[in-house]
Amino acid sequence: MAERGAAPPAAGGGAQGAPRAPAPARRRASPVAEPRALKWGLTAVAVLVLGVLLLLPLAVAFFQALSGGVGAYVASLLDPEARSAIRLTLLVAAIAVPLNAVFGVAAAWAVAKFEFRGKSLLVTLIDLPFSVSPVIAGMVYLLLFGAQGFLGPFLQSRGLQVVFAVPGIVLATLFVTVPFVARELIPLMQELGNEDEEAALTLGARGWQVFSLVTLPNVRWGLLYGVLLCNARAMGEFGAASVVSGHIRGQTNTIPLQVEVLYNEYNWVAAFALASLLALLSLVTLVIKAVLERRDVLSKAGHVVR
Amino acid sequence: MAVARLRAPSVLPGFGLALGYTLTYLGLIVLLPLAALAVRGAALPLGELTGVFADERSRAAIRLSFGSALIAAAIALVAGGVVAWVLARYRFPGRRFLDAVVDLPFALPTAVAGIALASVFDATGWLGGPLGRLGVQVAYTQVGIVVALVFIGLPFVVRSLQPVIEELDVEVEEAAATLGASRLQTLWRVVVPTLLPAGITGFALALARAVGEYGSVVFIAGNLPFRTEIAPLLIIIRLEEFDYPGAMALALVMLGISFALLLAVNVVQAWARRRFGRG
Repeated sequence: MAERGAAPPAAGGGAQGAPRAPAPARRRASPVAEPRALKWGLTAVAVLVLGVLLLLPLAVAFFQALSGGVGAYVASLLDPEARSAIRLTLLVAAIAVPLNAVFGVAAAWAVAKFEFRGKSLLVTLIDLPFSVSPVIAGMVYLLLFGAQGFLGPFLQSRGLQVVFAVPGIVLATLFVTVPFVARELIPLMQELGNEDEEAALTLGARGWQVFSLVTLPNVRWGLLYGVLLCNARAMGEFGAASVVSGHIRGQTNTIPLQVEVLYNEYNWVAAFALASLLALLSLVTLVIKAVLERRDVLSKAGHVVR
Repeated sequence: MAVARLRAPSVLPGFGLALGYTLTYLGLIVLLPLAALAVRGAALPLGELTGVFADERSRAAIRLSFGSALIAAAIALVAGGVVAWVLARYRFPGRRFLDAVVDLPFALPTAVAGIALASVFDATGWLGGPLGRLGVQVAYTQVGIVVALVFIGLPFVVRSLQPVIEELDVEVEEAAATLGASRLQTLWRVVVPTLLPAGITGFALALARAVGEYGSVVFIAGNLPFRTEIAPLLIIIRLEEFDYPGAMALALVMLGISFALLLAVNVVQAWARRRFGRG
């Protein structure tokens, strides 16, 4: 490890104040660094991929939203159908996110704090909604609650409408967003271990106190990020919601569904204006994640959120 | 006591409550609906399932969905590998910003990504225009579908590889250099094999997501039957025709193929882990 300066940091590349590689002119190139041309080539490829594939569409979305001027942008958001879509999306998220947050905390407590048989099976089950196509997730609710479904005729005779109505959208969203909070909390709680909780117990804390005074403060930022991701997905869910919503304008269209309607009518300004709300939400999510990562309060196991 | 043997002893409270709640919730929200699919699927006449393969439109949709997903996951593996390497190893202005950008497809709703990509690659779009003059049509062709799926798959590959690259032992690379390997030889014969298991994980995640992806694809796909109609869209069309058995059969065939595909990936993964360790 004689090479200082030019040698890349071996681990913890995200550490603050990482060596800037001053590259002393007279020294020979480090044996563990790529030739200069290759290094710049790879960096250019990475910048190009991220710029063209990820940043350009985002920029276009905002550009299109504002292409008719600020007046048209605001008018599109104040349209009664748009307002109804926004209201419905907020309602769906307000139901789905807290339920899945409570579930995530309970699941993480069981999985991360205890060793029991069948644990890996349970984790697989928690992840299951990630590997089911959203379209199939929506379809499954049609099979349960639709007119040809198991419970459909029974519900219809009581005058209860689940699919092609708000309850169906809520259920499909719940299904799709089940794993987010649990996925964020499980690795974090596992890394933190049980010592803090055990110490609290020896000092006389009761069960609930251990959780609310020790565990919860330890994982609060991970919980926040999990909730944000869950919320972003709940508000943006498209495939599953599309199957169960029935697409009744002004009634069962969430923001993404209304965006689809407007886009297919070639009303691009309105479509992108509405979409820009969700794009802004995702930007806020990413900024908060970057801040939390910098403060080193999230799990280091990586955040492969599917 | 039988219960005691089911879990290792612990002084922490709340196991029964937490596990009970978790299982009940999962049962209601996840398992009950999937059980409905299983029960209805089991009652499906066999002819309905084989009919999926007999029907040319379904066959075309399935071939398109899985073919595009495989191509896209492979492209995401290569491109994501480069991105992960650059973000983990190099220091340059704007690196933190790019690192944050990687997660965009996770946070951006699929429908928003879909209309934005379609608009970029449309014949009148920022990239679609210039590419069109070169004779390359992206939007409303399979190329467009692959582009959307690479968009969706990229972060899975990057986030699977990046932590492993950051923890690579530089001394191994130094040893290779000491033994006379050129840097390219070291990269190809020492670094890439070490990263293979993590790369396969990312590939599998991207593939699994791409197969069922709907929102980001439908806007750029064109949706022509037999040509650019993906399987999830065909399921929706069948549902809108109230052809529930047809939709279910297609869904079950899709789930079956995905399962087989991921099983195959897992076999390769197990081999790579045995052969190269790590990941």
